[in-house]
Amino acid sequence: MAASVYATPMERAWYYFHRLLCGAVLLFLIAPIFVVLPLSFNSVPFFTYPLSAFSLRWYQEFFLTDRWQGALHNSIFVAVSVTLLSTVLGTLAALGLSRPNFPWRTAVMTILISPLVVPVVITAVGVYFFYADAGLLNSFTGLILAHTTLATPFVVITVTAALTGFDHSLTRAAAGLGAPPVTAFFKVTLPLILPGMISGSLFAFLTSFDEVVVALFVASTNQRTLPKVMFSGIREEISPTIIAAATVLTLFSIIMLTTIELLRRRSERLRGIRNT
Amino acid sequence: MATTAVRSTGSPKGMPLHLKLRRVERRQKLKAFILVLPLLLFILIGFVLPIGRMLFNAIHDHTLLTLMPRTMTALSEWEGRDLPDEAIYAALIADLKDSWAQKTATAIGKRMNYELPGSLSQVVLSARKASLLTSGPYKEAMIEISPLWGRQDVWNLMKRGTSAYTDYYLLRSIDYQYGPDSQIVASPPENAIFRGVFLRTLSISISVTAVTLLLGFPVAYLLATLPSRSSNLLMIMVVLPFWTSLLVRTIAWVVLLQQHGVVNETLIALHVISQPAELVYNRVGTIVAMTHIQLPFTLLPIYSVMKTISPTYVRAARSLGAGPFYAFWKVYFPQTLPGIAAGCLLTFILCLGYYITPALVGGAADQMVSSFVAYYTNEELNWGMASALGAILLTATLLLYYSFNKLVGVDRLKMG
Repeated sequence: MAASVYATPMERAWYYFHRLLCGAVLLFLIAPIFVVLPLSFNSVPFFTYPLSAFSLRWYQEFFLTDRWQGALHNSIFVAVSVTLLSTVLGTLAALGLSRPNFPWRTAVMTILISPLVVPVVITAVGVYFFYADAGLLNSFTGLILAHTTLATPFVVITVTAALTGFDHSLTRAAAGLGAPPVTAFFKVTLPLILPGMISGSLFAFLTSFDEVVVALFVASTNQRTLPKVMFSGIREEISPTIIAAATVLTLFSIIMLTTIELLRRRSERLRGIRNT
Repeated sequence: MATTAVRSTGSPKGMPLHLKLRRVERRQKLKAFILVLPLLLFILIGFVLPIGRMLFNAIHDHTLLTLMPRTMTALSEWEGRDLPDEAIYAALIADLKDSWAQKTATAIGKRMNYELPGSLSQVVLSARKASLLTSGPYKEAMIEISPLWGRQDVWNLMKRGTSAYTDYYLLRSIDYQYGPDSQIVASPPENAIFRGVFLRTLSISISVTAVTLLLGFPVAYLLATLPSRSSNLLMIMVVLPFWTSLLVRTIAWVVLLQQHGVVNETLIALHVISQPAELVYNRVGTIVAMTHIQLPFTLLPIYSVMKTISPTYVRAARSLGAGPFYAFWKVYFPQTLPGIAAGCLLTFILCLGYYITPALVGGAADQMVSSFVAYYTNEELNWGMASALGAILLTATLLLYYSFNKLVGVDRLKMG
């Protein structure tokens, strides 16, 4: 679409100004990622262009030193536990919530997704006080439970969305043909909501994997996660290794979220929802 | 009709059909509820309870009540006009002796120090010396040990401690405190920082919201009017940063804006400036980084509303003789208002709670409420203050969120 041939000079100027402004804003949006992440391939620890030489030394440091590897392992361990826990809890709740005539649905839903709304510092401080009394401070259990509260809303939302338009007569038909409820769930319901469940669990994984504030409050150095190490590193002095870690993290979330998007499309196609 | 009536009353166990139906429905409701129950309990215990307790901490403080039980009992009779009598001093000494033996004198001193700076050392000193006292008269002895115990304001502070509930922390959060006679007065300038903190939080949030609207609206308009092939391509540029971790984006801004960062070096190379500009660890850095993070949150709701606006209205206005700007302003713009309201409110709510970004790119004098909540929790260990500031922030957030919910509906929140 070019400027209309009938446009006055004023309109034409406005049109190009608008395009220019949009270009600048879009550049502003993606520049930080595309300008900063390549700096992790610089052979010297400076953050300026042009790069003096291409080098993988910061990735070597990231993948081969104990400090970063320990953090990566901790992060993966915590995130996987959170994913399992929140997927089970969230899917069960979503199944219950989308049954017809569920009592007090709005109120229950509000409580279940409230961790998304409350500022994360408040959650962190509340959980910190609570754990100080419950003896869960500085433990993996505590960190996993706290991250699970933050991650389950995503599972509840995605699985509930996957269940909208779910035809309940399918499970009834299965029951009518003699399937016990458990068989009906695994053979009929689960395959249909699986895309929603997987994207919910990927969201849960990313929530825990990226989370830093709660980890700063409730975890000690024994449970230090990748974002925690990055946070403390940047407070002292930014080393290119942090940028290398950031690049790995970013690639990781891009891959995961692309998967989520593809799954969402597939799920919509399966359930016959037209893209509006 | 007759047969149905007979059938419904004549079911096998002699129960009317509608009762049976109701019973089955109740059982189904119960089953649905049992599915939700594990998560509901988990969230209630692991999230709602801790936050509720934190809110309770903002008004509940029984430090003096539990650590000085005898003095507090004796003080409940005291009128508060003159210094207390010998019996209360005797109770005080007994409590201080206990506190010295159980090493709780510091806790008492710390609590009193919040309201009367300088009393911590005096209380610990008094406890140590009181433990050596054997006989009265106690009143003179105590005032001899520390002039603290001869002060009316100290005793009024102790008297306030007889209640387990206090509004001291909430008052402090809005820059009020108790005067010597337990009256509410404005905090002295060195303590009166919190109204400034709240105002700063508000002004940063408003600026970021305004900037995201100014930058986001034209882009949303472009995306909504372009043919879908090119708009999808541009959409990736909006969604990609949305998908990147907040920490990564904040780090990226530090790297870009720091003294010898990409932006400064580029500007110097282009001879725009001769000295590196101060772009990070101040308000500029905070606003730039927060705008970058919040821009998609403002843009996407506006975009989704614009997608639903039919271009025929503007065309009709044009054909009726309206100029391009007039048609846009009078016909198109009003239809985008719901999207603008939703996007701006969402950004504003999220901005209020920012912690990581101001902590990393903001200056020391530029911290928002969240940082003070964290500071009082981790550094000062003054949990009452942390709770009170948190309570105010949470209340504001929930009220705004409630109006957001009325306006848009929580189900329409999109996640990328």
